[in-house]
Amino acid sequence: MTRAALLALLSHWRRRPLQLLTLLGGLALATALWSGVQAINAEARASYASASEALGGGRLSRLAAAAGGPVTEGEWVALRRAGWLASPVIEGRLGGPEGVRLLGLDPLTAPPGAGPLAVAPDAGLAAFLSPGGALAGRAEVLARLPPTGATLIEAPDAPPGTVLTDTRTARRLLGTDGFSHLLLSPDQPLRRPPLEDVAPTLRLDAPDETADPAALAGSFHLNLTAFALLSFAVGLFIVHGAVGLAFEGRRATVRTLRALGLPARRLALLMAAELAALALLAGTLGLALGWLVAAALLPDVAGTLRGLYGAEVAGTLAFRPLWAASGLGMALLGTALASASAFRRLATEPLLGGATRRGGALWAARRARAQGAAGALLLLVAGALLFWGRGLALGFGGLAALMVGGALLLPLLLDGALRLGERLARGPLARWAWADARAELPGLSLALMALLLAMAANVGVSTMVASFRDTFRGFLDQRLAAELYVAAATEAEAARLLAALPEGVRALPIASVPRPLAGLPGTVGMMRDDPTFRDNWRFLAALPDPWDRLARGEGLLVNEQLSRRAGLSPGDALEVAPGLVLPILGIYGDYGNARAQAILSEDLFRTLFPDTPPLSFGLRIPPGETDAVAERLLAAGADPARLVDQAALKALSLGIFERTFAVTAALNALTLGVAGFALLMSLLTLAGMRLPQLAPVWALGTRRAVLGGLELARAAGFAALTALLALPLGLALAWVLLAIVNVEAFGWRLPLRLFPADWARLGALAVLAALLAALWPALRLARTPPARLLRVFADER
Amino acid sequence: MNARPLLPLLLLLLAAPAPAQEPGPSGFAGLGAAAEGFAIPERGHDLRFPEDHGPHPLFRIEWWYLTANLEGPDGTPHGVQWTLFRTALRPTGLPEDQVWMGHAAVTRPGAHRAAERLALGGTGQAGVVAEPFAAWIDEWRLEGDLDGPGGATVTAQGPDWAYDLRLLATGPVVLQGDRGYSVKSPEGQASHYYSLPFLAAEGTLLLPEGEVAVTGTAWIDREWSSQPLSPDQTGWDWFSLSFETGEKMMGFRLNARDGSRFTAATWIAPDGTPTPFPDGAFDAEPLGWTEVAGRRVPTRWRVTLPERGLDATVAAVEPAAWMPLSVPYWEGPVTVEGSHRGRGYLEMTGY
Repeated sequence: MTRAALLALLSHWRRRPLQLLTLLGGLALATALWSGVQAINAEARASYASASEALGGGRLSRLAAAAGGPVTEGEWVALRRAGWLASPVIEGRLGGPEGVRLLGLDPLTAPPGAGPLAVAPDAGLAAFLSPGGALAGRAEVLARLPPTGATLIEAPDAPPGTVLTDTRTARRLLGTDGFSHLLLSPDQPLRRPPLEDVAPTLRLDAPDETADPAALAGSFHLNLTAFALLSFAVGLFIVHGAVGLAFEGRRATVRTLRALGLPARRLALLMAAELAALALLAGTLGLALGWLVAAALLPDVAGTLRGLYGAEVAGTLAFRPLWAASGLGMALLGTALASASAFRRLATEPLLGGATRRGGALWAARRARAQGAAGALLLLVAGALLFWGRGLALGFGGLAALMVGGALLLPLLLDGALRLGERLARGPLARWAWADARAELPGLSLALMALLLAMAANVGVSTMVASFRDTFRGFLDQRLAAELYVAAATEAEAARLLAALPEGVRALPIASVPRPLAGLPGTVGMMRDDPTFRDNWRFLAALPDPWDRLARGEGLLVNEQLSRRAGLSPGDALEVAPGLVLPILGIYGDYGNARAQAILSEDLFRTLFPDTPPLSFGLRIPPGETDAVAERLLAAGADPARLVDQAALKALSLGIFERTFAVTAALNALTLGVAGFALLMSLLTLAGMRLPQLAPVWALGTRRAVLGGLELARAAGFAALTALLALPLGLALAWVLLAIVNVEAFGWRLPLRLFPADWARLGALAVLAALLAALWPALRLARTPPARLLRVFADER
Repeated sequence: MNARPLLPLLLLLLAAPAPAQEPGPSGFAGLGAAAEGFAIPERGHDLRFPEDHGPHPLFRIEWWYLTANLEGPDGTPHGVQWTLFRTALRPTGLPEDQVWMGHAAVTRPGAHRAAERLALGGTGQAGVVAEPFAAWIDEWRLEGDLDGPGGATVTAQGPDWAYDLRLLATGPVVLQGDRGYSVKSPEGQASHYYSLPFLAAEGTLLLPEGEVAVTGTAWIDREWSSQPLSPDQTGWDWFSLSFETGEKMMGFRLNARDGSRFTAATWIAPDGTPTPFPDGAFDAEPLGWTEVAGRRVPTRWRVTLPERGLDATVAAVEPAAWMPLSVPYWEGPVTVEGSHRGRGYLEMTGY
């Protein structure tokens, strides 16, 4: 019986290959988008994780020669024997400047999680300490190595483009004597003499936390994930539609099977098993597609993240079983979600009833109203979550409620618009066309919801990325206002460099000290009163005359992170040094930094922190003289590595966002494609069912070509209306991402910028997608043989 | 004999698959094969001082092992461990082919703190010189006149603790086994082994609970070999006990995979005269167990040496004296009750 029932159920798909195609295609596309983005994210994350583990990343403090150059073995041993747990690092390239990066660490003293054993734990210490040494790296990197005589150890977790080895082998291969720098273990012993007593020529570099690009990279990942989730939701609407149609189409089969004595429970199990099998099939297909998507996009993402994070991301994908499992899991979960209502109907509706539901306009209207009510309720929930909710999870929850609520409201709104059009229409054909569109709406509403979500995601994400770029550009202008940046190692060197500056160049001192601020880890910095800051810095909120009052030492500036986390506003008091409490004059945006920061006037800073003289300077240079000034500084002994050209830095940062755009645009196109597919499938399904409505219109003298044209116009109209409705939803989405999700995740809020030209282009694309989707059904209609149309009347008898 | 500490070092170096040019380990210990090219301990070889306080790089493994039983001003028992291990990667005798490992710990009732340091030889980060004596790894040092009137110092520290002790010899160097030749298995594996069990100690412990001024006694073990163990020996229980009578005893039990054991002991008279006892004379049986770091470890023992009328209970001062290092083991101070009263140190591996 079970076997017979299963065969009967499966026969449906043989008779309706289009429905099968819709179901599999929709789910496969949804899984592809989701898993593609996840693959990209996973690859990038794994890349930084391995890079930062192997290097100690930016997480560990370092000791480097203050005057530049290598750290000697003698200095290192002196530090160890004084109780400083430092470990040497040698960096270099094997095989010329374009060769493989070689990283030598001492496997015995490297901080936990760093060093060659961290990436090649199976190789064992003995391999690295053997006479020939060993090099650990990814297979493709090992293949690029010149002959070294060292044992090669394949380590998939090694940082991209890098081989790791011990310091002895690194010295031998690079022909160097000293160390590039020393890493300090995070757990230092109880007693240590001061650094200047042990190694006065070394400089302690704290981990670079003030401009942690990892936070930006994190933001990028988060936004990609949100986008992938939306794409998945779009796909689910398709699946929901297809499953609904399949259940509807098999009503008769189900009735027969039940009448033959198949228990409802077993029937439901059979259908669930059937769907699960289809979901696995589609999920596997989707994984393969997602792999292709990821492989196509990864070079751009890798470029973006290389720029953002400074760490290399492998340009090739590695297969991660967890990724595949999560993709399949999403496909199964999505199918379950999309078919839940169909199963509920199967279980609750009377066996013999409901046969006329699809034709029933009354029923459709009732359903639209019920959906609309649910949608409105969801929007309320979204509002409540976003207004009162705290935390990232609630932010995402609000986002989901917003999107689903908007989608559920769509049929009601479209119906209203069509009713209005019908009332305004003149002439019988026009009035029929409007009325017919209304009749068609229930069949198309799911596809249109998918289109709405796709468009809203497009508007939302591109608005967010563009706002991000704009804000970041402004931030770079603000932060990198000086033409050149130079850092000295000692006060004497700083004085020498400043003396070498020509007339007309203003040097703006930069210094900061780590200090807890309002109980949060943070830094206090200094700022000279200069037009550079007055002209370029923009406050998110400020008291009147903030610059004059700052210059007089009457207050301080804080970054947005500090103000949000500590709940501080302009005018509130903040303790910056023991016993010194100052009012906050202004709050500035600080993107790419997760830590609290406060800025004092130069005079006040020098008084409070006399032991921290400024050693870095931003140089304001008259136009055209930057190169000459740089040359003079180099001639005066400036370390070339610590002389930074602002224009180059800015160009690098902005290049990152161009690549971000490329990735976003590609994902946008894919999402729209998915929505177009949904529309095509719905229109094809409807085309067959609608012949009884079209035949009388044809019989009354409307040519088939006109009917086809009307189909096209209607599809375009639906798309245009949906696009119009998608706009506010997309903007709401962008606002949530910028003002809530980002704040929750990173502590800063990005201002929302509007880009109407993008919306117009997107609207046009949506209409085009709808026209393309409607083209085939319309053509088929225009070419329907008259005999088929006539048969409608014969069958109706 | 501190056979136990051998284990972490060997595992560290040999547990991972060796590359083609290194001989692979044979069985668990990998000790028989690993001796190739290295010097082998010889019975009848006379130890000479101060030369033999220094390293013997032609032997594969070697250690300088100090344990101290100390008391705070209120009589609270404390224990201190300071150990430096040397392992040769290759039988070249070259400093750069030596790997050094330091273990240090400080123990009191209710708290045990341990730390580890590693170093490759040839840089000066770690090493030992015989005259004037100094053994060090990083800032951890054991240096001075170990067996003479000049006195020595020992220091080590971890993230939240440190100790500084002064040591003064109150008795002679004691040769273990047959004049410093100590047999470790029925198959005849052996090491060179001597002790400095007569050391007075005083100094300061810096603990999170506060600074503690301590006085007491210390015991240094020196041992070097190339293949001290039989391949099927899986664990050790090692006792160094100082009795109120002024007598001392070193005894160990080597446990084989098949459940059999090999024991040896040296009874040390108050004037330092040693009497070695062969396999079977000394014995130790667990009386009570403690669950620590997910393992069951015997922390109360009955130790017997009938020839000397010894039948005593040895109990841990801190039963959770676990060393959670590269390879974990148990090491801590103990008290002795029964036929003899006293205190000492217990070391156990293979649990």
